[in-house]
Amino acid sequence: MSKRVMMTGNEAVAEGAIAAGCRYFFGYPITPQNAIPQYMAEHLAEVGGVYLQAESELASINLVYGAAATGAYVMTSSSSPGISLMQEGLSYMLGSELPCVVVNMVRGGPGLGNIGAAQSDYWLATRGAGHGDGRCLTFAPHRVQEMYDWAAEAFPIAQKYRCPVMILGDGLLANMAEPVRLRERQEPPPRDQDWAIGGRRNGRPRRIVNSLWTDVPVMEALNIRIQERFEQAAENETRWEEYGNDDPTFVFAAYGISARICKTVIDRLAEEGIRARLIRPVSLFPFPHKPFAEWAQRVERIVCVELSMGQFVEDVRLAVAGECPVDLIWRTGGVVLTPEEVMARVKELL
Amino acid sequence: MPDAQDLADAEVVYRRPAALTEVQMRYCPGCTHGTAHRLVAEVLEELDLIDRTVIVVTVGCSVYADKYFNVDAVQAAHGRGPAVATGIKRSSPESIVFTYQGDGDLAAIGLSEVIHTAQRGESITVIFINNAVFGMTRGQMAPTTLVGQKTTTTPRGRDPQIAGMPMMVCELLASIAGVAYLARETMIDPKTVRNAKRSIKKAFQAQVDGAGFSLVELISTCPVWWYKRPLEAIAWIREEMLEQYPLQVFVEYEA
Ligand SMILES: Cc1ncc(C[n+]2csc(CCOP(=O)(O)OP(=O)(O)O)c2C)c(N)n1
Ligand code: SF4
Ligand SMILES: [Mg+2]
Repeated sequence: MSKRVMMTGNEAVAEGAIAAGCRYFFGYPITPQNAIPQYMAEHLAEVGGVYLQAESELASINLVYGAAATGAYVMTSSSSPGISLMQEGLSYMLGSELPCVVVNMVRGGPGLGNIGAAQSDYWLATRGAGHGDGRCLTFAPHRVQEMYDWAAEAFPIAQKYRCPVMILGDGLLANMAEPVRLRERQEPPPRDQDWAIGGRRNGRPRRIVNSLWTDVPVMEALNIRIQERFEQAAENETRWEEYGNDDPTFVFAAYGISARICKTVIDRLAEEGIRARLIRPVSLFPFPHKPFAEWAQRVERIVCVELSMGQFVEDVRLAVAGECPVDLIWRTGGVVLTPEEVMARVKELL
Repeated sequence: MPDAQDLADAEVVYRRPAALTEVQMRYCPGCTHGTAHRLVAEVLEELDLIDRTVIVVTVGCSVYADKYFNVDAVQAAHGRGPAVATGIKRSSPESIVFTYQGDGDLAAIGLSEVIHTAQRGESITVIFINNAVFGMTRGQMAPTTLVGQKTTTTPRGRDPQIAGMPMMVCELLASIAGVAYLARETMIDPKTVRNAKRSIKKAFQAQVDGAGFSLVELISTCPVWWYKRPLEAIAWIREEMLEQYPLQVFVEYEA
């Protein structure tokens, strides 16, 4: 039985997490994602879960770390400045091989910035998990339904690869309302991981969750293990969508909210007889290199559209590997591109 | 020499507590980190908590405590122990969770976490080792360093005009309603060791009873970075440290 309701992206990602079995949420308010902690405060109690407002994002991510160590499905959410503060905890979670889900509804930056929609945390989201050799697996929905669906997918992926998974949105996706098809809420899975702590009950050997390895070859081996998981994730979890003309003269590259803008532009260009296509990475790390490498052989150019000053385009250029020109259309600081602006700028390029 | 029968009949009056592993501790001669470990271990055994306990190990000389305590362990980032402990306790309420933190860890980088954990009345226990320096990183000033005390970053002695006055953690926490048990003890002679153990036991009992947050501050030695011999370090606690940090039970709850 599924029902359709109107929800914002914030609400959808929160309900999606509860439906997936998430029962622990720790967070600290920051616009434009306040509706996530509010939703959790309201609804986790219905399913016997725990919502706790932390005193800072430093505390949030460390509360997450503690709960993750017990094997629980646990989540936090924030927006750019708060995600900066969480980098330390994310690095410790990677080093300790602990899973969690983190939502980042990106706002304009740097600094305190503003609460506009932005994509300028692309590097932070795809390169960052604090210091050290590692990252978060990062997924970027572009519709409210997808926010809901990815919240559910993210938890088992985090468990499988034993690392933080980031769901990357922005101020617009966070607060726009769209119909969402809901599934039944599931019970959390049993905490039967062979690494979960909580007391060595029933005489099992004690367990240690740790990221300190002073023996350098042991630390190297851990980093290799993490890297191998990322390679498996690249094989199994790389996701993208393609949209538009099957015989295009050029291809847009865009993710998240920018991809929606590109879809509108593609439809309008089609009315004028201009053939365009979109590659929309859904997984940002692992990055879908394949469609870019393939289309680069067949089109005149790839036009990257992002709400940041040339962050995402770096991954596109790596994937294209010089096979065709890659152009960049951007706005930043919370300014959102309009379809008209993209239309005009793309026509100058063609 | 006692024969085998004598040994078999003998009553064991002193042995390694079951809550400690066989791993040899790597603390300096005269350091009371080891004494504190033993007292906590004895309490865990006496209260029959070993199989339910999780230690949250923090960053400082006690960073290897996960190797020494025979219980589940989670390593926390510098200062974040109380937040990590809260996450464990909230998602696994049957567990007995304690942090073991130095004065750099708790009173400098982690002051916010410990205050808010106490304020929420979180049912965890904190063992707080105040040795008036950052031991692990080679003897720098801690918030708890005494006025006039020479450290590697106060080479002319701590000057309150520059670095302020010593941080009084128990006095700071004593006004917080979520605190169920709060005491400052030391470990410089049999009597103070016994008192320290009594307070540690009460602190864990508070957690077992679900009474709220509990913390025991242990005034500890760091002979190496106090530039003293072990016995001089003990004397310095008696003469200087306890002047600044008087021993006291600050908060006790009604069972
Ligand atoms: C974020 C961060 N900053 C700094 C350090 C370096 N560091 C390690 S231990 C320590 C101080 C420890 O002092 P204390 O907590 O008093 O423990 P002690 O060694 O005295 O027992 C510092 C600053 C670190 N590990 N992490
Ligand atoms: S440096 Fe100080 S606190 Fe650290 S083990 Fe040595 S004596 Fe103990
Ligand atoms: Mg210290």
